[in-house]
Amino acid sequence: MHVDLNIARFDPESGEKKPYREEFNIEVDETSTVLDGLIKIREEVDGTLGLRCSCRSAICGSCAMRVNGKAVLACNTKISDLVSDENKSINVEPVGNMKLIKDLIVEFDTHWQKIKAIEPWVKTDAPPPEAEYIASNESMMELIGVMGCIQCGACVSDCTVLAVDESFLGPAALAKAYRFLADPRDDANNQRLKDLNEPAGMWDCTRCMQCVEVCPKGVDPMGRIMKLRDFAMEAGYKNTTGARHAEVFSDIIKNNGVLNEFWLPVKTFGMFNIPEMLKLAPIGLKAMMRGKMPPIFYEKIPGSKNITKLFEKTKVV
Amino acid sequence: MKYAFYPGCVSKGAAPELYRATIEVCKKLDIELDTETMEGASCTGSGVLQEKNEKLGDTLNARTFAMGENSGLPIMTICSTCQGVMSQARSRMADLEYRESVNSSLSDENLEYKGQAEPRHLLWIIIEDIGIEKFKEKIVKPLTGLKIAPFYGCYIVRPSDVLGFGENPERKHSLEMIIEAVGAEVADFPGKSACCGFPILTINEKNSMKMVSNHTLSAKKEGAVAMVTPCPLCHLNLDGYQPTASKQVGQPIDLPILHLPQLIGLALGIDPKVLKLNQHIINTESVVSALALTP
Repeated sequence: MHVDLNIARFDPESGEKKPYREEFNIEVDETSTVLDGLIKIREEVDGTLGLRCSCRSAICGSCAMRVNGKAVLACNTKISDLVSDENKSINVEPVGNMKLIKDLIVEFDTHWQKIKAIEPWVKTDAPPPEAEYIASNESMMELIGVMGCIQCGACVSDCTVLAVDESFLGPAALAKAYRFLADPRDDANNQRLKDLNEPAGMWDCTRCMQCVEVCPKGVDPMGRIMKLRDFAMEAGYKNTTGARHAEVFSDIIKNNGVLNEFWLPVKTFGMFNIPEMLKLAPIGLKAMMRGKMPPIFYEKIPGSKNITKLFEKTKVV
Repeated sequence: MKYAFYPGCVSKGAAPELYRATIEVCKKLDIELDTETMEGASCTGSGVLQEKNEKLGDTLNARTFAMGENSGLPIMTICSTCQGVMSQARSRMADLEYRESVNSSLSDENLEYKGQAEPRHLLWIIIEDIGIEKFKEKIVKPLTGLKIAPFYGCYIVRPSDVLGFGENPERKHSLEMIIEAVGAEVADFPGKSACCGFPILTINEKNSMKMVSNHTLSAKKEGAVAMVTPCPLCHLNLDGYQPTASKQVGQPIDLPILHLPQLIGLALGIDPKVLKLNQHIINTESVVSALALTP
């Protein structure tokens, strides 16, 4: 089978100023993966092609890269799934949101710093037991999914918040934080939640689901971040804009059945938060001038009382 | 073709122009909208309610689905976020035991979600129920020469497995298909399925505005004269907050953002005023006048 691998190249040590594209036209088997194709190029065509790989079995997490614009493990991405009779071309680039070293190799330093920052070990107050720490099967079942993370960086690569703000902790570190918060042996929940509640932490996630989509191991980082938010609110960390937004949103739906976009920001910031109100005013004014100011008086859906009842019935256990 | 119309909160609140444009466009496309069935339907929870209590969110959506099933009509949405949240709820409730437990809360209203209702966005309905070729036949004023950038909104593209991309692969390119079908040209840019920044607007405005300026400016760089979105929440940020984003980035943007039905409506020959193109924060005059010049 024929394929044209269009690869992003860059070797600053050779004095290259910026990344460029190079196309390799090669023959591969029906069963070949993108990684097989890249290794073939390195071995038979151009030995200078830089890439990381090791296990070739989606276990080690070394070969994450962007293939046709999406972060994947090159070793579990089949070429035959990406080409057709009309289109034989595949784009290969390094993962995003990390500093480029050479060709498809990036620096993971910032990623590891963030993982370290969440203190990824079980912290206990009790003296160490004589033998191992015991945790119930049920509690560990909940953690298996998130423990499956192989630190490949695919979620970090495609995170839409990291793309605009490198200080954000990011999906991998936040999912790792959840792994310890949800561990029954860990006693540091309060401190962990306090730290994660800070700016650049759990509330900065924009819920875009890129991490869910690209994770090759089903870790569901965004789902874990949502659980962190729930933990934080349940633990009484309610004094963030994010927590108030969730709270106010929920109250509006509970009472009216539908959203009211006038009161959601006003109540989230607080009516007496003068700087924020002054920021909202011109936007409200513009909307009013275009005849699209959301109603100041609440509109309820018919039967909104039934929604209120459902809220009371479906309390979190 | 008749649908139980689920307009979503935003088209009834901060983006009334979307509601109007949808009604007008559906008339022209022979899509009959039942606007009564869903009058008592609640918000989907928008993913925000789900942060606090996922099952409650699923219960509200099961209630809406049951109303749709009782009417015997398929449900139509016009919001990427509603679509995604509903598709996610539906996917969780494919588990029979879970669905039964959700349904048990709905018994007071004699409602039961049977697992049949499958809400779909107008974007998908045009392609799957009308068919792109038949849709093209209805175009009376092709938007020839206009370069339009697609902007999907996260929840109508991810997670792709709950959105039925496997069975309906064209959903992945649906917006581009519509842009081409109305005679315009696609201004492809890397951010088309990224986040608009709206969900963090109140939490981290700086990041949210960076997203708005990145997307609008990169679409303009590809020659876009306007952007089209099937998501009114994206519209709120990309249109309503574009002046703020422009100020932050320190350069003018001025890219009109159209709702999907407005773009379609123009090609169906509907008066821009009827489509409420004058209700936007970013002036859409440039699109209307460019259109007037096309044959």
